[in-house]
Amino acid sequence: MTMQPASTEIASRTAAIIQELKDLEGPLLPILHGIQEEFGHVPQDALPVIADGLNLSRAEVHGVVTFYHDFRARPAGRHVLKLCQAEACQSMGSDAVAAKVKQLLGIDFHETTRDGSVTLEPVYCLGLCACSPSAMLDGEVIGRLDDDKIDEIVAEVRS
Amino acid sequence: MIPRIYIPGDSGALALGAEKVAKAVRAELAERGIEAKIVRNGSRGAYFLEPMVEVATANGRVAYGPVKPSDVKSLFDSGFLTGGHHKRWLGAPDKIPFLAKQTRLTFARCGINDPLSLDAYKSLGGLKGLQNAVAMAPADIVKQVTESGLRGRGGAGFPTGIKWKTVLDTTSERKYIVCNADEGDSATFADRMIMEGDPFVLIEGMAIAGIATGATKGFVYIRSEYPHAVATMNKAVEIAREAGVLGVNVLGSPNAFDMEIRVGAGAYVCGEETSLLNSLEGKRGVVRAKPPLPAIQGLFGKPTVINNVISLASVPIIMDKGAAFYKDFGMGRSRGTIPIQIAGNIKHGGLFETAFGLTLGEIVDDIGGGTATGRPVKAVQVGGPLGAYFPRALFDTPFDYEAFAARDGLIGHAGITVFDDTADMLKQARFAMEFCAIESCGKCTPCRIGSTRGVETIDRLAAGIEPEKNLALVTDLCNTMKFGSLCALGGFTPYPVMSSITHFPEDFKPAPARVAAE
Repeated sequence: MTMQPASTEIASRTAAIIQELKDLEGPLLPILHGIQEEFGHVPQDALPVIADGLNLSRAEVHGVVTFYHDFRARPAGRHVLKLCQAEACQSMGSDAVAAKVKQLLGIDFHETTRDGSVTLEPVYCLGLCACSPSAMLDGEVIGRLDDDKIDEIVAEVRS
Repeated sequence: MIPRIYIPGDSGALALGAEKVAKAVRAELAERGIEAKIVRNGSRGAYFLEPMVEVATANGRVAYGPVKPSDVKSLFDSGFLTGGHHKRWLGAPDKIPFLAKQTRLTFARCGINDPLSLDAYKSLGGLKGLQNAVAMAPADIVKQVTESGLRGRGGAGFPTGIKWKTVLDTTSERKYIVCNADEGDSATFADRMIMEGDPFVLIEGMAIAGIATGATKGFVYIRSEYPHAVATMNKAVEIAREAGVLGVNVLGSPNAFDMEIRVGAGAYVCGEETSLLNSLEGKRGVVRAKPPLPAIQGLFGKPTVINNVISLASVPIIMDKGAAFYKDFGMGRSRGTIPIQIAGNIKHGGLFETAFGLTLGEIVDDIGGGTATGRPVKAVQVGGPLGAYFPRALFDTPFDYEAFAARDGLIGHAGITVFDDTADMLKQARFAMEFCAIESCGKCTPCRIGSTRGVETIDRLAAGIEPEKNLALVTDLCNTMKFGSLCALGGFTPYPVMSSITHFPEDFKPAPARVAAE
């Protein structure tokens, strides 16, 4: 696991992101995306800095961060694998794909392997519905998942 | 003339290996010492043929697909740069039956050229609508859009022109155009295809909306699951700004309009317009009660046009060719064309833009070619996770807002998911409730609590516990959710649930029979 930055460092890097984006109309989501990009998650220590910078209460910032599925409270694994579980992928066997991947990685959805190599998440639609079942590995899209492609993905995240 | 090779950069094509194909083509060009230009176009939407590679020859484009990296060497050996024959040869792309049968108005340019070439956009009729609009009075633009009969393509089907008129008639020092690109419904990818394949048409549509209503600022709210669309739109906005399509003098006129791309954060409910506005403002994506309408008090309390990507992307052609031209397509009160997205377990999946009026059976059987697995079609979900499941018995339903409503269904964003006979409709009904529970914003009780109770009740049904009583309970619960929810998430979740129960009662029979069948 990578070392967590110290809280003073989080505060200063967060403040820099806020400074850059706070003049946007409705800057909170862009700021949160910026913070997650910077740290890989939205650290607790960043919340009071945001609240202060945007003149919001900490409760308001907490409320927004926790509302959205994308914002992580903890860092993810080195790879993030998202498997589409929505209807179009269901019709092409996404259940079986998910079961196989979970078994191969030894984790369930929303979990990270113990070696920190991969975090597995469900996603509800990647817009690849005419090439189901689909997945996204670290932002790269993969369609028509079959056993070979699953093995390839698992090998890649394990390497 | 150096040869031009077109390899789609659309995420659907990328998901099927377009990047590896491009790499193989580059390597082969280098090895053979051939100079050629590789253009990364969008997708034409025939995903069963992707990655579809095209070459520009003296006799026009020739397509090959679906191309695997291992095909590339033999493509060169067959002389594909001049349209030579090969097992992947498809001929002229616009003669491919799936594409030839379409009526492409909104998607006329999608997939043909480099999506970020403004010159290519203009060469195929781009910016003509905006050019006409800048010379018109705002009320006349609104009138033309109203007369075209264009209705909101996001799902609600509300007349676009009427929405615009409300914003035009509301006095305010600041107004906004918001494009809803939070395309979260399974089976839909039309918004993504336009943003990745023809981004300028959306920018043009938004600029026209701004001029028509007096709004000077636009936002496109794109879901985070679409990183490629976000990247393409960001680049396109910058190019449009540099070219004077956006800015203080749109196309040299006194009209100012600029726009920004914003990214969602994985909340399905933010596709609901008021929830999206809250999210843009930096709040929890909780649904707002209406009234006030967003057209009167929308983003930051200002009058706001909020339209779906396809609604806005359909405006340029209406302003270019006229209201009558657009209105001429379609049936009943559903005018113009609709990009139908054929998805799921389907042989010929992809985007099919056509005038309203095709029957569901024609779409699934004739155009889609039946299931990918080759098994019989059992159910077709129309309109995404909140749409009804249709059995084969209702395949005569024409694709029209009113015709679907008359059969307790909806067109939604025109996505169609096909299921073969292995589908378990009780499981699908349960998923609809489960999805609603995961994605509910929590503001209203029928949606927040009802969805969880729905999952539990369907689980009891599956276990064979008091089936009649629990079936009656699910029906009653659906009624409460339908009429008591604040927005379409809780309000429409009953569609997939009740249609499953109504059309596939055998899947809801008590447990012993189900266990025996498995």
